[in-house]
This record gives sequence, C-alpha cells and structure tokens, in this order.
Amino acid sequence: MKTKQIFITRARKTGALMVVLLLALLPACSQAASVSTTNTSAAVTAQSTTAATTAAVTDAALTPAETSAAVTKPANPVVRLSTTTSVNDSGLLPVLEKVFESSTGYDLQIIANGTGAAIKLGESGDADVLLVHAKASEEAFVDAGYGMERIPFMHNYFVIAGAAADKAKVADCKDAISAFKAIAASQATFISRGDDSGTNKAELALWKSAGVTPSGDWYVSAGKGMGPCLTMAGEMQAYILTDKATYLATKAQTELVICLGESDDLKNTYSLIAVNPDKNPGVNTQGAQAWIDFMLSDPARAIITDFGTKEYGEPLFFYDGAPS
Amino acid sequence: MTTFESVFAAFASGDGELYKILGLTVCMTLLSTGFSVLTGFPAGAVLASLSFPGKKLLRRIIQTCMGLPPVVAGLFVFLLLSRRGPMGSLQLLFSLPAMVIAQFILIFPIVTSLTLAAIESRQKAINQTISTLGLPRYKKYLLLLWECRGSLLTVVLTGFGRSLSEVGAVMMVGGNIQGKTRVMTTAIMLETSKGNFGAAIALGLVLLILAFLVNVIANHFQEAQND
Repeated sequence: MKTKQIFITRARKTGALMVVLLLALLPACSQAASVSTTNTSAAVTAQSTTAATTAAVTDAALTPAETSAAVTKPANPVVRLSTTTSVNDSGLLPVLEKVFESSTGYDLQIIANGTGAAIKLGESGDADVLLVHAKASEEAFVDAGYGMERIPFMHNYFVIAGAAADKAKVADCKDAISAFKAIAASQATFISRGDDSGTNKAELALWKSAGVTPSGDWYVSAGKGMGPCLTMAGEMQAYILTDKATYLATKAQTELVICLGESDDLKNTYSLIAVNPDKNPGVNTQGAQAWIDFMLSDPARAIITDFGTKEYGEPLFFYDGAPS
Repeated sequence: MTTFESVFAAFASGDGELYKILGLTVCMTLLSTGFSVLTGFPAGAVLASLSFPGKKLLRRIIQTCMGLPPVVAGLFVFLLLSRRGPMGSLQLLFSLPAMVIAQFILIFPIVTSLTLAAIESRQKAINQTISTLGLPRYKKYLLLLWECRGSLLTVVLTGFGRSLSEVGAVMMVGGNIQGKTRVMTTAIMLETSKGNFGAAIALGLVLLILAFLVNVIANHFQEAQND
C-alpha cells in the first residue's frame, strides 16, 4: 500500500515536471520558429539578389530602404500573395518582395501553388491578392465575384523543349499549333503537366486549336510541377511545353533544347487580381492594393525588365504595366 | 473527379480511371510488401538465431533504416535507374517496377527488424522444443517463423501500411503518370495541388476504406487460427 502511494506521488511529480517543461518549451520553440523563418526568407532574398541582381535592381532596392525611417508600418501589415510556382521558382518574386517590404512596411507572405490551387486560395479568402497566369480561370474568378479587377501587367513566352534529336522536326514549324500537330503525327513522347496549372491549361488550349485530342502511350500526363516534369522529359527524351525560366534553370541537368520559342501562340500573360472583400470580408484590401500599386510602379518595372539578363543574357519577363 | 461527391460517384459507378488508380495501388502494395516479406522474414529469423560479432551493429543499422526518409530511398533509386545512371539501360524509371524497388528499400528493414524482435521475444521457449526435434537448419527457421505467426501478421500489416501510405518515393521514381504509375497517394497530392480539396479528401477516405478492408481480412485469418 505504502509503495503504491509513493509510486503515485512520484508519477504525479514527474507528470507535473513534464507539463512545466513542455510549457516552457512551447514559447521557446515558437520563437525559434519565427526567428528561423525570418532568417530563411532573408537568406532566400539575399541569395536571389546576389544571383540575379544588377546595378539597377540594387539601386531600386537601396533607395527606399534608406528612407525606411519615414515608412510607417500599416495597421494591417500582412499581405498574403497566392501565386504559381513558376513565378516564385524563377527567383523574381523574392527580389520584388524585398523592395516592396522595405518601401511600404508591409510583410508579404508568398504562397506558391499550381494555378488551380492558387486561385482556390483566393476563393476561400486565404489570400489577399493573386499573381497568376490562366486567363480563362482568372476571368471566371472575377466574374463569380471573388476577385476585383484583372490586371494583366507582364508576359513571357512558353517554349517547346525536347531532345536534341528533334524527332518530330518541331524546329521547322512556324508556330506552336503546327508543332503540336507534328508531335501528334509522329507519336513522339510528350509530357503534359496534367495538373490544371496555367501551363497545363495553355497546353490543352494548344491541342484544341491543333484539332488533336491527345491520348495514347506517347502522351504522358504526369500530374507534377514544372521542374519534375522537365526532369521526366529529359529522362524520357520527350517534348514538353514549359515556361522559359524553369527551362533555363534546369537545362544543365535535363540536356533538353528549345525546339520552338517566342511564337505568338506561346505568349503567356501574368495578371494581378485583388480578392474581393465583399465575398471574403477578412481580406487585407489596403495591403493588396499597395502590392498592386507597387507592381505597377517604376521600381518594379526596373526589376522585372532587368531580371535574368545577367544570369541568362536575356530577360525572363516582359513588362506591360497598367492596362490603359 | 473534381469534387468530394464525384469521387464517390466514380467509386460507385466503377469509373475506369479511379479503378485503374486503385488497381495500381493494390498491385504495387502487394508486390512491395510481398518481396519485403519473402526476404525480410528469413533475414529476421536467421539474424535472431545466429550470434556473431557485429550483430549488434548490424541490428542498429537495420533499425536506423526503418526510419529511412522515403525521398532519400526515392532519390537513390532515381539515380540508379536514371538514363545516365548505372542501370539506365533497363529503362525502368517511371514504371511500376521502379516504384516497387523503392518501396522494397523502405519496407525490407521494417519487416526484418520487426521479425527479429518478434522471434527473439519467444525464441528461448521455442528453441528448447525445436532442438529436441533434430530438424535441418532451414526447417528450424520455418518452424520458428510459424510459431510466431501471430506477431508476424502485424509485421506484414505494418509493411503494407507503409507501402499504401507512402508518397515521396513513388512520386519521385513513379512520376504519377496517369494510367501507368498514378496511385492513390500521388492522386491525392495532384488533386490537392489542383485545389480540388474535396476530391483529395474523398480519395483519402477511399484509401482508408481499402486499408480497413485489408485489416479486416487479416484479422479474420488471425482469429480463425486462434480458434
């Protein structure tokens, strides 16, 4: 009996001690977590800055930072930007983020997903502003009342990449539609994202224009992001429709070549859409507007126009500015 | 399959795509669990019976491999089977065999280690009986395994569960190709990335139902044996 009591008291003491320890650990952990996030984001920004910035970008970044003493922190400082992996992976957004944050005092939180999920986050009010590239879905999003105005502000080009052998002679085609016809006719392996992303939607639209319903062993629907699909295309020596930035970033490993680039039907337009507060009352409308205003301003133009020229010898994005 | 309801409608109506995914999942799971059990059971039995220098170290290594991150196993198999890899000429990347190989690497240590533990816990009692029978060595191992069949069923189910729920390695070496290497877990990831959260949840439920059925069948056998 006595031993049992002693055991119970001991168990209680140990239990209490563990609870105290856990409680002490909790704030410590959350603090550590927040510190490490800031560190990582700072590291990412620093990395992409060194990788891709030129004098122009550094200038743009420094000017507002110097005057940051004058910047008052907004009442609701967190802006959640839902975007697609292609913009984020190119390294452009982290550069823009740094300048935006230092010149306005906002804290931009970038959430990168496929276009389907990126738009869904706007519908559910889990994002304040979108930066996406799928015209039809964007218009449906705005028409359904989830978004304010659709602002197409920059573009780049998809490219058709493939093995150097170019089995379907895509390089001889004048545009993407005839290239897709040639690929289908020769039954050369083609990797489709198959994930409802903006790139996937653009690809499906091209098949439709070409009058081809892609199916069969040659048409591989991979259901993965751009990078993994490019790796797969390299492994399978297949054709693939890709954004240029991701292609350039992975071409050393994939050994794919651009078979067709910069034809009019490969144009890829990026838009900004603020989430409509009528549907989702909690969203940060001022913050979303501040981000849009920044993206349409001259410092953003300088960064976008210049981005990639140093690393790849050519710009990755073409700035269109505010639609008149 | 874009909404919660549509997945169950596809399930009920025998929709080709969903059943292809289910079929591939079952096929992959049976193969990888099967190979792991066929090799892991004997390995565990032999390890339990023998004593040799370095046995403790070997045991620690196998136990460590139980926690092998799937992406690491995936990466290893990917590099092995890649076009420029040592086994690239087999052209196995992005196929069912590649997925089975990667999962085997993950499940074999689990099966071996758990078998070893299951046998060791009852070995003394069994060994006394076995040694009086004067059986050849391989029959001893078989008898040892047979005597532990109750706990070994749990080992099989653990391996099965790992195979069924695993996504990192199969995504990497299988590639989530529609109709060829798309299994339940990679389909769930895909629907999530598309923003079809309802469909993803529904697929998750279908996967759970599948796992539940397997457990019901396995337990039925176990109880039948105990009776």
